[in-house]
Order: sequence, then C-alpha cells, then structure tokens
Amino acid sequence: MMQNIIRKRPQHLGNSKSTPDVGAVRLDAYEMGRVLVTGLPDGALNIGFEAVDRHVAQGHGNQTAIIWLSKDGRREVISYRYLAELSSRFANVLKSHGIEQGARVFSAMSREPELYAAALGTWKAGMVFTPLFAAFGPEPFRTRMEIGEANVLVTSRSLYERKIVAWREDIPTLRLVLIVGDEAPEGCVALGPALRAASPEYETLHTRPEDPALIHFTSGTTGKPKGALHVHQAVLYHALSGRHALGLRPGIRYWCTADPGWVTGTTYGIIAPLVNRATMIVDEAEFDLDRWYGTIQREKVQIWYSAPTAIRMMMRAGKDAAEPFDFSSLEFLASVGEPLNPEAVIWSNEVFGLPFHDNWWQTETGGIMIANTQDADIKPGSMGKPLPGIIAGIVENTGDGLRELPDGEIGELALRPGWPSMMRAYLNEQARYDKCFADGWYLSGDLAMRDADGYYWFVGRADDLIKSSGHLIGPFEVESALIEHDAVAEAAVIGVPDETAGEVVKAFVTLNRGAEPGPELERDIRGFARKRLGAAVAPREIVFRNTLPKTRSGKIMRRLLKARELGLPEGDTSTLETEET
Amino acid sequence: MNETETRAIFLEELNRVAPDIDPATVRDTDHLQDDLDLDSMDILNLVTALHARLDVSIPESDYKEIETPRKASGYLARRLREPE
Repeated sequence: MMQNIIRKRPQHLGNSKSTPDVGAVRLDAYEMGRVLVTGLPDGALNIGFEAVDRHVAQGHGNQTAIIWLSKDGRREVISYRYLAELSSRFANVLKSHGIEQGARVFSAMSREPELYAAALGTWKAGMVFTPLFAAFGPEPFRTRMEIGEANVLVTSRSLYERKIVAWREDIPTLRLVLIVGDEAPEGCVALGPALRAASPEYETLHTRPEDPALIHFTSGTTGKPKGALHVHQAVLYHALSGRHALGLRPGIRYWCTADPGWVTGTTYGIIAPLVNRATMIVDEAEFDLDRWYGTIQREKVQIWYSAPTAIRMMMRAGKDAAEPFDFSSLEFLASVGEPLNPEAVIWSNEVFGLPFHDNWWQTETGGIMIANTQDADIKPGSMGKPLPGIIAGIVENTGDGLRELPDGEIGELALRPGWPSMMRAYLNEQARYDKCFADGWYLSGDLAMRDADGYYWFVGRADDLIKSSGHLIGPFEVESALIEHDAVAEAAVIGVPDETAGEVVKAFVTLNRGAEPGPELERDIRGFARKRLGAAVAPREIVFRNTLPKTRSGKIMRRLLKARELGLPEGDTSTLETEET
Repeated sequence: MNETETRAIFLEELNRVAPDIDPATVRDTDHLQDDLDLDSMDILNLVTALHARLDVSIPESDYKEIETPRKASGYLARRLREPE
C-alpha cells in the first residue's frame, strides 16, 4: 500500500499560506486558534460574532459570504453584511417570543439561507443550535428533540406536516415552531414576515468561551443517540483547522457538500469558512453529477470538501462525464465521512488534476484531527497525519490500563484530550461520556494503524456502529424501530460492505407467531422502517431467521452475524448460547 | 412498450426499492427525492432494478429524466423504442 505515493511539487512547500504564522514552538491549538479570531471585550467569545459581525465591523461587509444555488435553479449572492443582518433579525425574532439565553434551537430544513441565518442568530443570542438532517424520518427527529429538550424548532411546512405535527405535543419543552416562508400552519409562526418585521440590529451576547453553543447527535452501539455538546470556544479550532487542513482564507471560493445536519456541514459548512471569511457555495439540491461538475466550473470553486460516496458516484459515471467541464479553478480537494479508497484518490488526481485529501475526525472531536494536507505527500488510502496541536496514538487495553502501541500495530485510535472543539459532554449521559476517556486518552472507537512515516490508516470500527454514505448509524436505533412492527419479534442490524455507500444497513429479524416470512412481509417491514427512520437510516435489506445468535445473558451477537456475512473468522464464540437458525 | 406499461413497471420497481411508497397514491408529478424522500442510494438501486427489468441502462446524466413517474414513463418508453 506504500507504492502509490502522490508527491507534492516542491513549490507547494514554499508558497503555502495554510499554516498560521504564530512563531511559537509549542503547538497549542488554543494559542494558534486565538490568532485567527477577534474576541469580544473581557474575554468573551461568540461564534456568531466571529463568523459574520466582526468581518462587517472590520470593513468587509460587501464581501460575498454565500452564493446560494436553489433547487429550482435560482442563484442568490449574500454578502457578509446581509448575513449579519439576517442573523440579527433571527436573534430578534427569538427574543420577541421570550426565548432566553441557553435555549435549545433545533433546525430541520433544506440548505436555504434561513438555515445559515438561524444558526448564526442562535449563537449571537447566546442560545444553543442543533441542526437535524432533514431526510430523517419522524422517529429520529422525535428522539433527538426529546433528548435535546428542544425549545425552538425551525423547519419547513412540508416537513412539519409530514413528520412532526403528529407528536409535537409530546415534547413539553417545545415553545416555538418557526416555519420557513410566508405562511404557517396553526400553532406555528411564519418566519418570512417575522424576519422582515424584526430589526436588523442586534448586539451579540457576550458569551463566555465555555458557554454551550452546539449540540450534535451521534449514534451509540447501545441505547439512544448521544448529544455531543460543544462550546463557543470551539471556534478557535474551527478557524485553525479550516485554515490548516483545508486552506480556507479570505475571499476563497469554497464548496462543502455536506449538510449541516451532520457535523461536517456545520463545522466546515458554516463556521470554519465564515470565520476565515471565505465565500461559500451552498447548493440546496442533492447530488447530481452534471449539476455538481457545472457548479465547480461556473462558480470557479477553489476548495472542495466532499465525501467518499459522492466521489464514488462520480467514478461510476466515468471520466467521460467529467470531460466537458473546466476544473482549472480547483486548488484543493478534501474528503471525509469514511475512509477514501486509494482508487478514488488516484482517479481524482487524473480527472481533476488534483487528488482528494482524506481526513479523519468525529462528531465528538468537533474538528478535523488527522489529515492529508496541502503540503504533505499523500499515501492514498491513509487518513494522513495529526494536525498541529493534536497528539494521536494507537492504544490497546491490556486489562490493566492502556498501552500505547508502536508503529505498524493495529489498535484503537486515541487522542490526547484538550483541544478547543473537543466535546464537553454527552447530554445527560455522564457515564457514557466518561467511558470515552481512559489514562489520559480520548478513545475514538476506531481501529487504526500508524506507519513508520507517521501516517495513520483506518482499519475498522471497534464497535457495531455502521458507516453508510458517511453517516454513522447506530444499530440500536434501527432495531428499536423494527421491533415495533407487529410481525417482528427480534431484530439485529449490521453494516454490510457496499461499493458506493461504504456500508449499507442489513437487518436480521425473527417473527412473531403467525407471521409468514416472504417477499411481501420483507417489503412491508422495510417500508415501515423507512417511514419511521427515513431512507438514510432504514435497512436496505431484511432477512428472516428462526433464531438469532445470542449470548447467555440474551444479548444478540451482531459481531457474529457480521463475521458470517463477510465470511470472516467467527472469533471468540465462548459466550454463544443460542445459535442462529 | 407504451407509457402506461412503463409507468406500471417504474412504480413496481419504485415500490420494491422504497416500500413505504404506495404506488396507488403516487402522483405523476411527484419528485423522487423532494416529494417521495428517496435518497441517492435509493436512486442507484432503482436504476439498477430498471436495468435488470427492462435492459435499459440509464447513465448518471439522465437521472433527471426519471425524477417523476411521468418523466420516467416517457423516458423509458422512448429508450425502449431506440434501435439496438
């Protein structure tokens, strides 16, 4: 796996502006990040202020913050001044409804300008923002709003009526539902007229660096999704990693294709580019090959941050499909979500004249930790090296504490805690939070290996979580929905390899007495799961079993199902009590 | 094959990929992603299924041509009339 190194031309080394010049020998992420923000009086710090208002105050109000491409083909140019005003209007709307500092503001909507104004306005008002992926079904919405004790929801009329209104009353904390557009159903407020009536002036709240700013949900192997809490100070690392790992800088045209419903789409689709005063391309539509290639050409995209599933879809379409387009504006390509296969790195180098740079991080880390950067040679298939200020290691549990492993050995990827965007808590789940740390390490749950040159290589998950199209899916959440179907007695859910999505969700179910296995029931259960969970989370395949493999304590052994599915060794089966039949 | 037949086949395969969608209530102008909540993996699976069923391979650049049942039935009927 070492032979295909993509070497960078020496001139790249000389003229790189991607590393902030802090003149410090000690690479402390806090210190390096502080160089890139302005701050508020008395040590206060606010993401919303750093992202927009300070640029206006410093004379850059006319610069383009967002080029918005609507689903139906419109193009709107939004300046930093307009975005500052729109987010101030949003903050004023919240205040006018009596919503106070610390309140939880959720969004479930497509990538429209109001989404960006809502995020920024929420931070400016000292409230906590949680964007949800609009393609979720009603169940994931409800679970997350319950755990997150949502006070405000910003959504579209269609999503509200299809996925939310039926259980809205079950969320007692929910006080305000804002509907994008000029009309709202009963019990909701239309956001359009409210924004127009609100003042464009708002004095950003002087939040403290450790005040909560953002909650992102991530899936667990067992139990409900976890709400990872991030603070305003995370902006130091968003700014720094955006600069160092992606090359974000003032005026650069940057396109992050991730949805803000996932952490990448917030950190690197809202905060990092705006704090670095880049010009963001925001496309409301989903992946469409010609539209994407055309967008790069027309908008002269310079930095492009995308995901393996999209890249593999481009590869499927072939080089011919890319041939008519002009990609000469591109300067840097990055990818995240799941390991990018070496073929995709090499393919992109041929088609775009530049390789995709894979990087690695998690919802919990709040920012890119390990990356292939502009200056460094790429080993295709590797996630790269730790960024400045980040200390990584490969560890194993000896039963008597953790032991750091030497180069070349596979273990759990771990990080030394203490960077600004590190999660501060899982909401109301102290025990699960504590389990992430041991012996001075943050444990990622990913298995990896470091080679002799310091490059890290992803090996697999240490747990049962599924990575599908870059989304982390918790089997428990899927199983819980499946067993609500009348015919289903038990369910076990695993990820099976897929050449485009990385993994897809597959379910093994046993049936209640009287239920007849067959294609009709398979479809019925799959449809039931899709209605509840949404297409991204629901199983793509369901198979029937008489019994599922279980331990003596009755725990279903997903690991065994997966090993059998993949034709791998079954490992330790000493705890197996009931066989799969 | 006429458009009534291609429409029926399209809806059948759509329901196989996304069984939450009831072919009886799908409108001709419903958009696969915006109205019917399909994701890009669903679209890929649908394209694969249509290829297996009708022996029509649909390139990525034509995905727009099957984004609603009406467009898809016309497109598939047209493609089936094409000389080999």
